[in-house]
Amino acid sequence: MLILHCPCCGIDAAEIELAPGGEAHLKREGPGSSDAALETYLFTRDNPRGVVLERWRHAYGCGKWFLAARDSVTQEVYGTYAAQTHAPPQEIVDRITARHPGWTGAH
Amino acid sequence: MSTRLATGGRFTDRGKQIGFTFNGRRFTGFQGDTLASALLAGDQLLVGRSFKYHRPRGIVASGAEEPNALVGLGQGARFEPDQRATTTELFDGLVAESQNHWPSLAFDVGEINAKLARFLPAGFYYKTFLWPRAFWKHLYEPVIRRSAGLGKAPHPEVRDADRYEHFHVHTEVLVVGGGIAGLQAARNAARAGAQVLLIEETAHWGGRTPVDGGRIDGREPEAWVAETVAELEAMDNVRLRLRCMGAGVYDHGYVLGYERLTDHKPGAPGPRHRLWRIRARQVVTATGAIERPLSFAGNDVPGVMLASAMRDYVVNYGVAPGDRTVVVTNNDDAYRTAILLKKSGLDVPAILDARPMGGGALMQEARDLGIRVEPARGISKVLGGARVTGVAICDQAGGGSMLEEIACDAVAMSGGWSPVVHLWSHCGGKLTWDADGAFFRPDPSRAPTGADGKPFLIAAGSANGHLGLQEALACADGAGKAAVEALGRGFEESPVPRAETTEEAPLLPVWLMPQGARADLRMKAFLDYQNDVKVSDIQLAAREGYESVEHAKRYTTLGMATDQGKLSNINGLAILSDALGAPIPQTGTTTFRPPYTPISFGAIAGEARDAVFQPLRRTPMQDWHEASNAAWEIVGQWRRPYCYPRPGESRRAAVNREITATRESLGLLDASTLGKILVKGPDAGRFLDMMYTNMMSTLPVGKCRYGLMCNENGFLMDDGVVVRLSEDSWLCHTTSGGADHVHAHMEDWLQCEWWDWKVYTANLTEQYAQIAVVGPNARKLLEKLGGMDVSKEALPFMTWAEGTLADTPARVYRISFSGELSYEIAVPANRGRAFWGKLLDAGAEWNITPYGTEALHVMRAEKGFIMIGDESDGTVIPQDLGLHWAISKKKEDFLGKRAQQRPDMARGDRWQLVGLETLDGSVLPDGAYAIAPGKNANGQRNTQGRVTSTYYSPTLGKGIAMGLVIHGPDRMGEVISFTAEAQDETRDELTTVEAKIVSPVFFDPKGEKQDV
Ligand SMILES: [Zn+2]
Repeated sequence: MLILHCPCCGIDAAEIELAPGGEAHLKREGPGSSDAALETYLFTRDNPRGVVLERWRHAYGCGKWFLAARDSVTQEVYGTYAAQTHAPPQEIVDRITARHPGWTGAH
Repeated sequence: MSTRLATGGRFTDRGKQIGFTFNGRRFTGFQGDTLASALLAGDQLLVGRSFKYHRPRGIVASGAEEPNALVGLGQGARFEPDQRATTTELFDGLVAESQNHWPSLAFDVGEINAKLARFLPAGFYYKTFLWPRAFWKHLYEPVIRRSAGLGKAPHPEVRDADRYEHFHVHTEVLVVGGGIAGLQAARNAARAGAQVLLIEETAHWGGRTPVDGGRIDGREPEAWVAETVAELEAMDNVRLRLRCMGAGVYDHGYVLGYERLTDHKPGAPGPRHRLWRIRARQVVTATGAIERPLSFAGNDVPGVMLASAMRDYVVNYGVAPGDRTVVVTNNDDAYRTAILLKKSGLDVPAILDARPMGGGALMQEARDLGIRVEPARGISKVLGGARVTGVAICDQAGGGSMLEEIACDAVAMSGGWSPVVHLWSHCGGKLTWDADGAFFRPDPSRAPTGADGKPFLIAAGSANGHLGLQEALACADGAGKAAVEALGRGFEESPVPRAETTEEAPLLPVWLMPQGARADLRMKAFLDYQNDVKVSDIQLAAREGYESVEHAKRYTTLGMATDQGKLSNINGLAILSDALGAPIPQTGTTTFRPPYTPISFGAIAGEARDAVFQPLRRTPMQDWHEASNAAWEIVGQWRRPYCYPRPGESRRAAVNREITATRESLGLLDASTLGKILVKGPDAGRFLDMMYTNMMSTLPVGKCRYGLMCNENGFLMDDGVVVRLSEDSWLCHTTSGGADHVHAHMEDWLQCEWWDWKVYTANLTEQYAQIAVVGPNARKLLEKLGGMDVSKEALPFMTWAEGTLADTPARVYRISFSGELSYEIAVPANRGRAFWGKLLDAGAEWNITPYGTEALHVMRAEKGFIMIGDESDGTVIPQDLGLHWAISKKKEDFLGKRAQQRPDMARGDRWQLVGLETLDGSVLPDGAYAIAPGKNANGQRNTQGRVTSTYYSPTLGKGIAMGLVIHGPDRMGEVISFTAEAQDETRDELTTVEAKIVSPVFFDPKGEKQDV
């Protein structure tokens, strides 16, 4: 059972307080998008062994969404950060690349 | 025979006799016995029948690894199946029953399965699936159900008499296992000042060292254990718990402990089991090692036991499992059993040592005691059926030709030891093969890691593969210090306790006895006692191509029983790797999963039963519903009145009465459970245009609009009436079950996608009591209450107004879910109960009738209104339901719009909403399928639709239904057939009901009644 730091309210929350929301930083595809782009948006997920950037909601806490950079194999948490971003902050990227040299992001 | 010795028994108090029954027969044991030791003392060797072949089975082990001695324990509200006799502490009045026998333990019809063994090979279950279906249904299943299976489940109507609880705890260091390794590790961590929790699954500290002997720091192990425990107990930073098993290790140092508080004294005050939910910064697993059986023919005959278990029974309980015991081994440790038995005055006719040169100093000690030692020999087969009568001995190197028969009544076997690596593996710790010990042990370079990416788990002692006394103590000493270091604490240097023990000669891996055992012997050499998996089964699986250990496991069911292969895992793996011609490390091992041994459902549930199982949400009028004898419908965490039956009235009659009264005069519904979400801000209109399929930004202040909400896949998710409260605020009504989900959905999009939009949401569901006043006399009632103009002119259909009704502040919405003249009135929650009372009093002259959810459902179905969860199921788009009118063509975008353009959503042959009327007026079965000509690829009847809602309509005096039918709206008037319940279940025929496709609006199709 994971413990993740909620950057919105500052609490180290156990997983029972949290609701998972799947992969982070998806680009929404609306009307006018191609079938392939829509399929990628709706269904195609990386699900890597290793670094995952994912959405969590502090559902039984402050109610806010945040993002986490986690290693799906070692359960190392590289950091949590605001949901209102398009990429992890540099300090988290640095921590990830220290463990996974050459890591260029989930996509 | 198996008997109590004249003296001895570390754990037993011979002054305290305990009476118990097994299969109705009375036995006597002593305080401190386990059920297993007491049964052995009473010469009850036969304790159960095996799962598949119903072979007689006896006690093999002395602890949690026991595969055979599973019993049904207790009676009535305290009955529990599959309890291990070896871990059941004896108490006065204990009642136990053996399992898997029919009609009796001694005479068992299922034993015939053993005669049919060659028809029940590996993969039997999978293979028979391929055979004609009829064989499975009429032959295999009845036979298997009758004769197989572990214990019986408790009766479903019987409520567990005991209480259970959860206990949350944080600790710096958790030590699992209270043997010498756990004690030494805990002591080092505690001396450094760390918070320490030490848990031990049995009722005793010290593990097996006091049985196995040797000396620690010049003292008997028992004295060292007592001293160490005393030191730990005196420290404020240490907590110790006996009878508390480390059940599972999970991410980020989360560990479950399973404490059995009153299993040994049923009915004592307090909870029976306590689930410890532990967060530990460092975990030390000092969980010991388990001895392995040897694989020879008849190794499952009652009287064949692990050599170490036999020592345990003699030393701990003063019980001798046999008078004449043959010891068979591939290592030195088993000699300790022979020596102990001999010194206890028992006969040891021979030690068969599979190693060509035998063993070391312990062998010499045995010989000096006059015991015959036969190196390079093994057991060809065990003689005897219900108990051991002798062994046929052979050369280990051969095929099993008998050299000699030796009469005996017990066999002590040892195939070496396997570290208990389960907890290490639970959370991703990897293993490495130790060729010297012939076992897998934890690989410290690949330990489970925590949030900081560093290991949080350290294996100690024999659990880490250090079987020797000195090695185990040294390893544990280091583990305790390493845990302290990982916490960033310092520790004072202290010496490792000094052990004295007899040096042992190396073990020789023996995976099959004899090495070249003939086929008939391999078919009787059991690997997994609990699931009846033999050497020959694994070899067959390998021949049939199951080369992955995970596949072979599932194909043969090796290690898949409740013991999770504690005894069988390595032996089965070795046989598989031999059959594949690959080394064991390359063949790999299966994954261990929590819990280590089964834990009770009660412990998992904890206090979460009855009223505290989940929160119960109550509307302001709940007490009135309760006092009015409401029948209940569960809606999420709400309980809503289903109907209000009068004394002697059936539910069906109550529902019909409520509908008729409402349609003819006046009905009243508690609609407080409807979700009410306030959406406010400069961008609220734009936001709601994305949330709903129709346009909400253009809704004028003062008006209401029915809206549909879809997810990004385009599927219908929720519906409800949206109200424009003011220039910048809207109130969104959701379904009763959907409020929290819809609110979370809105917040998700606001926080994570359109975070720059200026919108606030608030879930106001419980802030208001909401009451629907429904029926032709609804307006008269509100006029009588007074305070607001509720006329057609002042408050037309689909508008709302705010004011005061009967001195109560109120918002009145003219919306209708019944097709009648209807007002939904929201008042502050704390005024709801009083307002409800005023409506009832004032409405008496019109026979005001409160109605429940079923009347609500029937009335909406009469009107053809859809219900989320009935007409929608997560695969239905609004277009399927003929709701095109509620989908904006003007909007560029809304959630689900793009997905609804996918080819599959736009294809012409989707099932679409229609009304259905049976030709005979009967009510269609809910969920029934409309059948179509022909069969599909699986030989099943083709279908062309299904029923989504179906009711008896008292208004129309017949059954009405809605359903989704292919090309439905184009087929009005056509009669199609629906499946009905078979009249006679033994006949495999389909009975059908004919129904005509009609408009889904059965009542008042022009909507004249609601708009008056
Ligand atoms: Zn938070």
